[in-house]
Amino acid sequence: MTIYPDTVAGIANALAKRELSSVEITRHYLDRINALDRQINSYITICEAHALEQARAADRRIASGQGAPLTGVPYAHKDIFCTKGIRTSCGSRMLDNFISPYDATVTEHLNNAGMVLLGKTNMDEFAMGSSNETSFYGPVANPWKFDSVPGGSSGGSAAAVAARLAPCATGTDTGGSIRQPAALCGITGLKPTYGRVSRYGMIAFASSLDQGGPMATNAHDCALLMNVLAGFDAKDSTSVDHPTEDYSATLGHSIKGLKCGVPKQYFDKSLDPAVAASIRQAITELESLGAQCVEVDLPSTELAIPSYYVISSAECSSNMSRYDGVRFGYRCRDPVDLQDMYTRTRGEGFGKETKRRILIGTYALSSGYYDAYYTKAQQIRRIIQQDFKNALAEVDVLLGPTSPTVAFGLGQKSSEPVSMYLSDIYTTAINLAGLPALSMPAGFVDELPVGLQIIGDFFSESKLLQIAHQYQQVTGWHLLAPPLGG
Amino acid sequence: MEWETVIGLEIHAQLATKSKIFSCASTAVGAQPNSQASAIDLGLPGVLPVLNERVVEMAVLFGLAIRAKVAPSSVFARKNYFYPDLPKGYQISQYAEPIVSAGKLEIRLADGTIRIIDVTRAHLEEDAGKSTHEGFAHSTGIDLNRAGTPLLEIVSEPQMHSAEEAVAYMRTMHRLVRYLGICDGNMQEGSFRCDANVSVRKSGSTQLGTRTEIKNLNSFKFIERAIEHEVERQIEIIENGAKVVQETRLYDPDLDETRTMRSKEDAHDYRYFPDPDLLPIRISEEYLASMARLLPELPDRKRQRFVAHYRLSEQDADLLCEETAWADYFEQTVEISKADPRFSARWITGELFAALNRANLSIENSPLSSTSLGKLIARIDDETISGKIAKQVFDRMWETGESPDEIINLQGLRQVTDDSVIERLVIQVLENNPQQIEQYKSGKDKVFGFFVGQVMKLSEGKANPSQVNQLLKAQLDKAP
Amino acid sequence: MAIVNNEVQSIATLARIEIKPDEVPEFAAELTKILDFVTRMNTIDTTDVEPLAHPLDALSHSRQDVVIDDDICGTLQANAPQMENSLFLVPKVIE
Repeated sequence: MTIYPDTVAGIANALAKRELSSVEITRHYLDRINALDRQINSYITICEAHALEQARAADRRIASGQGAPLTGVPYAHKDIFCTKGIRTSCGSRMLDNFISPYDATVTEHLNNAGMVLLGKTNMDEFAMGSSNETSFYGPVANPWKFDSVPGGSSGGSAAAVAARLAPCATGTDTGGSIRQPAALCGITGLKPTYGRVSRYGMIAFASSLDQGGPMATNAHDCALLMNVLAGFDAKDSTSVDHPTEDYSATLGHSIKGLKCGVPKQYFDKSLDPAVAASIRQAITELESLGAQCVEVDLPSTELAIPSYYVISSAECSSNMSRYDGVRFGYRCRDPVDLQDMYTRTRGEGFGKETKRRILIGTYALSSGYYDAYYTKAQQIRRIIQQDFKNALAEVDVLLGPTSPTVAFGLGQKSSEPVSMYLSDIYTTAINLAGLPALSMPAGFVDELPVGLQIIGDFFSESKLLQIAHQYQQVTGWHLLAPPLGG
Repeated sequence: MEWETVIGLEIHAQLATKSKIFSCASTAVGAQPNSQASAIDLGLPGVLPVLNERVVEMAVLFGLAIRAKVAPSSVFARKNYFYPDLPKGYQISQYAEPIVSAGKLEIRLADGTIRIIDVTRAHLEEDAGKSTHEGFAHSTGIDLNRAGTPLLEIVSEPQMHSAEEAVAYMRTMHRLVRYLGICDGNMQEGSFRCDANVSVRKSGSTQLGTRTEIKNLNSFKFIERAIEHEVERQIEIIENGAKVVQETRLYDPDLDETRTMRSKEDAHDYRYFPDPDLLPIRISEEYLASMARLLPELPDRKRQRFVAHYRLSEQDADLLCEETAWADYFEQTVEISKADPRFSARWITGELFAALNRANLSIENSPLSSTSLGKLIARIDDETISGKIAKQVFDRMWETGESPDEIINLQGLRQVTDDSVIERLVIQVLENNPQQIEQYKSGKDKVFGFFVGQVMKLSEGKANPSQVNQLLKAQLDKAP
Repeated sequence: MAIVNNEVQSIATLARIEIKPDEVPEFAAELTKILDFVTRMNTIDTTDVEPLAHPLDALSHSRQDVVIDDDICGTLQANAPQMENSLFLVPKVIE
């Protein structure tokens, strides 16, 4: 039985040394998916033929000496990114029959890098959710405990990576959707600075908050994938023309003297005490590497969730208007007139959570309520950003738990929207501020992973990856894989 | 009971860019349905808008031309509503922070009165697609070629008080946008659309009456008629003790009346909010200055200059300044002809325009260039040919493109100005028509014209008319 | 801030989403809970605070006025629910 490398770096290395072919490693992952994904449901569309075709092309490219660093390395792609000629469903019945006629810019980057698309991963419908329970294609199981959630909305990507059904994956993060599933599944995930990764072709949920990023078992792999994803895109007006860098260049640097701030508001009654203990342990670990940790103040922490929900719902209510059954996607059967077509298409095509958010957003923007809700939320957004700026003026990065609990049970919170929203307490503020943040595995509680979040200043992705990498040199959480029932 | 009419006008001018406001699809008309709608125009999942820089240039030029405030920072907002020709379910427009505000437009009425109308704002937005209701029994067809075409919405204060003023405002605005090269002003094709907000109130009242909005006004004549009709309708309603309903009405040109548009079920709550996919447009002082340098001479300035410098009548100046191309053609013609500019004005507004109309050509496609026409006028001015012959030469130039000199020489059309030659012709005519001499001598002055005609005929039209008159008179005086 | 049942219906109409009569109370209750939760925002005074629309103070970029065909035209039929003679068809709209 062949032992295949299961990291991006390992696979890339083996491919470069011709110890392995892309076709071989791709087949390996496809076999694993076929054997194991039934239990996890992390993939919506498996692209077997396409993957092998890409793998063959990658092998030819490597053989001719034209390979890029990650040519031939397989990946899983969140089904929110448009892939030309391949179904792009966004986890929704609304797009179940949608074959995207174009590639997202991120997809183009991955194709140009010669990476191999294993398939499109499961996700909360239209990226709205924190548990991957709202998908039209059924919930995703946490590979560590099948009756627990993997987190969301990038639950499929996180579960696939954790279960070694892909060496890495793309995710998107609007209020924590990369970091929280990464934490709950015990992997590493990075939400870049807003505007760092192109949103063109990344189906919009909340335009001023959405950002795509890498997910893998460790920081080094995330850095390598980040090199492919990052960059200015003229097709995205919110894309920032900031120079890119090699995100793996400084991974090996020591973190001696690194100043870390731990927001005191994070350690309140909503944080599970066992998780808190894990986090404190991880912080101690970082201190032993030379980091200096102090307590800092983020007074607006509590306001992040309400502000986030108003802004994201408002933007989403407008972004979702294009799903109307006219030009693509789901259309209800036998509409009697235009209004019937609209209301039934959208009533049947959207799931409950999506409908809730559209209604909230519509309400918040409607005449008479705009100032009380939308304007107020944007004002709080500025206050939150200022709080971070103040804190990051004193320290290099902020540290804390990614999620207040480990993975909760399937169905446990899905009937209580507010309770679900509260699980985003540590992550949403970062999206409001536009800052980059990373989650890495830092322990276990009740056999379920705990994630540590590292928050940095604008465009400090390299530093975040460096800190995680240094931590991963002296700890082994990131090396553990779920047993998957045998 | 004296009534005062209050009118405000909203114009949607389609900006004459090659590509759309937020996508690279073409704005050309006449293409196959849905062949000029890009992924962005179709509102496909995941697409994003990117602003066309030329659209900003055009809006700024307009703002400068109406002496308005150009916002240093203006924001795109989403106007949310559902309609099949609106692919995203929202229109990208501007709401709270438009790019242009507080401008002024000077209008001239027929009696020479000048009024200044405040232009509240002008903002950028994208056009929607088109719906076709014919051709399908139970369906409406949607063509999104037009979706995403850039529009400049220009809103006036409700300061016009008659249909005449409204039309004058429209004409002035129409000419201005064409002068600036930002809009082709084609009202039939819909690149210049007007909606009128009309209300009435008792003279002297400061309160505004309930207004109605009239749509589908795509000619100056329709605007005038629609407003007049609507004013009458409203006055009648009020005089009968009823209230005017605030609504949108359509003008029907065939029946010459306005009628209620089928009212939309719910009052629109557009839920405007700043578009998060677009960053604010920032206009620097340097940019404004560079745009100001690109401003052409504006219609009013040009008209005044034509009257003062070329001594044209107000009427001729007005007509020639209707289009930059006409005005330029005129000035070039004057330059070449070196004659009294009024000659050029006459020839252009007369013969040239008539010929262009017959052939259905625009001045840019005139077979007769301004240089050629100028040369022709020079030949009249230097008396090489007479005005009458010049018309012949003009026609020939139009047909063949030959130069005036070529034609004059080839056809021997030179004016005969030799006195001795003309005198011989006069004498010959008089010898051939003794009876008419008798008639003339007996007081029938009109016979003089007959003799002139005969001399012209003999000379094949080439004899210089004033010399003919002179010599004929002299001969007749001499005759017994 | 309680959302009453008929408010749910009018918001649903604005958003063009069909909510069946028996679903209305549940939506009303959930929306009320969410909106109540969101009123936490009022615990802080935001007078004179400038709203933040875009997290980064980046400069807008624009593009040149050039026509580029993205070749999407040929792919429309495949995804269109109903298309004939190159037109997207919807139930007849009466103006």
